[in-house]
Amino acid sequence: MTIHETSAIHGMPDNDRLRSLRLRNRIRHEAIQLGIVALVVVLLGILAYAVKAGLAEKGIRFSFSFLANTAGFDISEGLTLTSVEGFVPNLAQFSSEMSIASAFVTGIFNTAKIALLAIILSTILGTMLGVGRLSTNWVVRNLCFWIVEFVRNTPLLIQLVFWYFAVVLHFPPMASAAKLYGGLIVSQQGIYLPTLSWTGGASTLSLILVTATGVSALGAIFDPIRGARRICVGAAVVCLGLLVATGGMIVNFPVANKFKASGGTSISPEMAALLVAVVVSSASFIAETVRGAIDALPKAQWEAAGSLGLSRRDTVNDIILPQVFRVVLPSFGNQYISLTKNTALGIAVGFPDLFNIYGTIANQTGHSLEGIIIVMASYLVLSWIISSSVYWANRRLNPMGVSQ
Amino acid sequence: MKLLKILTAGVFAGVAFTAANASASVLDTVKQRGVLNCGTDNTAPGFGYLNTTTGQMEGLDVDFCKAVAAGVLGDAAKVKFITVTDKSRFDAVLTGQVDVVFAHTTIKPARESSIAIDFLPINFYDGTGLMVKTDAGIKEFADLDGATICTTQGSATETVLAAVFKARGWKDSKVLTYENLEKLFSALNSGRCNAMSTDKSALAAWAGNAPKPADYLILPDTLDKSPFGGFVAANDSKWRNALRWIEYGLFQAEESEITQANLAEKLKSEDPFIQKFLGSNGGGYGKDFGLSDDFMAQAIKAVGNYGEAYDRNLGPKTKMYLDRRGTPNALWTQGGAIYSPLWN
Repeated sequence: MTIHETSAIHGMPDNDRLRSLRLRNRIRHEAIQLGIVALVVVLLGILAYAVKAGLAEKGIRFSFSFLANTAGFDISEGLTLTSVEGFVPNLAQFSSEMSIASAFVTGIFNTAKIALLAIILSTILGTMLGVGRLSTNWVVRNLCFWIVEFVRNTPLLIQLVFWYFAVVLHFPPMASAAKLYGGLIVSQQGIYLPTLSWTGGASTLSLILVTATGVSALGAIFDPIRGARRICVGAAVVCLGLLVATGGMIVNFPVANKFKASGGTSISPEMAALLVAVVVSSASFIAETVRGAIDALPKAQWEAAGSLGLSRRDTVNDIILPQVFRVVLPSFGNQYISLTKNTALGIAVGFPDLFNIYGTIANQTGHSLEGIIIVMASYLVLSWIISSSVYWANRRLNPMGVSQ
Repeated sequence: MKLLKILTAGVFAGVAFTAANASASVLDTVKQRGVLNCGTDNTAPGFGYLNTTTGQMEGLDVDFCKAVAAGVLGDAAKVKFITVTDKSRFDAVLTGQVDVVFAHTTIKPARESSIAIDFLPINFYDGTGLMVKTDAGIKEFADLDGATICTTQGSATETVLAAVFKARGWKDSKVLTYENLEKLFSALNSGRCNAMSTDKSALAAWAGNAPKPADYLILPDTLDKSPFGGFVAANDSKWRNALRWIEYGLFQAEESEITQANLAEKLKSEDPFIQKFLGSNGGGYGKDFGLSDDFMAQAIKAVGNYGEAYDRNLGPKTKMYLDRRGTPNALWTQGGAIYSPLWN
């Protein structure tokens, strides 16, 4: 500070001295930084060497070659990557003759699948709960309050075991479930939904209808005008209906067999329980963030909307929420990351997520250290992908230099 | 910088410690500590089970732990039972958390070749079986094509099921794995699992201890054999040999008809074989293994011979009763496979 002042007073002659002083400072600063980095590297090296020596002493081999071995065990659900043609990945159901590496991929697939679904669903549910807590309706407000309070204050593991053993496993068995629900089968063996599939008859009519469906679906998501979005949803449904009616697509209804159902698509009981547990728990945290952000908005926003004659619903949808999302996105990102890591609890209900499959691999091959390194790296990459996506979305919503 | 010096010194000390530690046998560590850390299951009736009325650990594996504690430390009470699961048992012994594991573990080559453990001799001959709810109308394994079969994670059954499905070409059958037998059993009860698969002894135990044992049916099929053995960390022959001979000693005691009840009498025996076996006249086998001369007398005093331990945990008076006669679990003199090398 003194140097700065003197140079400012005495002017030019001191500028050279100042520059060299700055340079010296910078060099010293960088040297210290470099020194610290070098030291950390050396320490890590020594640590790695110690670990390796310790393992060798105990007769444990450290190697990743076991990844190429045949797995020899089955996984209850999940796809794995079999080959890549150009940029199109080929996914197939995992089976016991595939490699250990494929088993890891299946685990990553299952973890990513449940994380993605949970992120979407918990954002929707969380926002609804958060807005609901500020509702003018006494019942809605209190219901949302108690749901959030109850879920936030009990351990996720206990909620998960509750959802699985006390709820999902008490669904009716396959035989009686079929009679009850028809097209949709909700049973202990899983939740089966009808699917649409392409018959392959590429007539001009079906092609037009498919294009129309796609365009309306895009419009339903991206059209900025709410009324237009509604029309687009209607149009998409009508086009799909026409497709089925003209035979361009068929509906696959699940059919109950002796042990499970075939046809349609299914959600396993384990996945259903884990998804519900993670979504409900994350949603309650998201709800609090949303509520806090809404509370932080100036009251004048509500009053201004009210004086313009907007209904409460329009105020929330068009005035409040767009502002809220700009603020809450970074904390949503944190929630998404912790949600993704929470899916590792799947092991408690037998869902084959990455950590669960790691357990089997470590046990059948004995390479637990290598396995845990792979697992940790995978979670790290998943978290990075989420945080960079949130960062990207945040940049889109809040361009540089534009404040709210 | 001072902090860094301390850190570096710490890491070097760590390296030196790891190297020094590896050369000592677990036998010396256990004697020094005065307590045996024994890894067992606590959810497997007949093998390792926490009896909730007495608060004591019970089972054949538990008795082996007690016999080892008695043989090594001269007191069966000097054992600390540490619960291991199918998944954690190998790491428990590799990291030194436990000195030995007796947890109904199937002996198979992959485990010894890639996990750096050494197995002890077989202490129970079992087979992989299946159990269903009686009302499900399933009578044999062939009825289960397309079913969901559940087992515990990390068990040998996981690979056995995958191999059997492949051999039979069952594409729709699924294996679902749970952390422990308790969750597995509740999943069978709820109907989520069409069948529960694990070692037949465990199936008998869970059915036997259920409120209504008649609700469960153990299928006649045996998918594969399942020989159980305890295990220790690899490359410690001093420790492994001591444990092996304590185990063989329990087999030999049954063959030589030395029991908990007649031990006092046998200790006075003039028979040179028995004198040497029990170390009653000084100069037993113990010293060579780093144990006391009377290590077998101590072990037998604690749990009796193999037959007694078997009957206490799996015999006719137990809920699960697994008949030894006509199975490999009988003594070799009765046509079984329980056989001790020569004590001479």
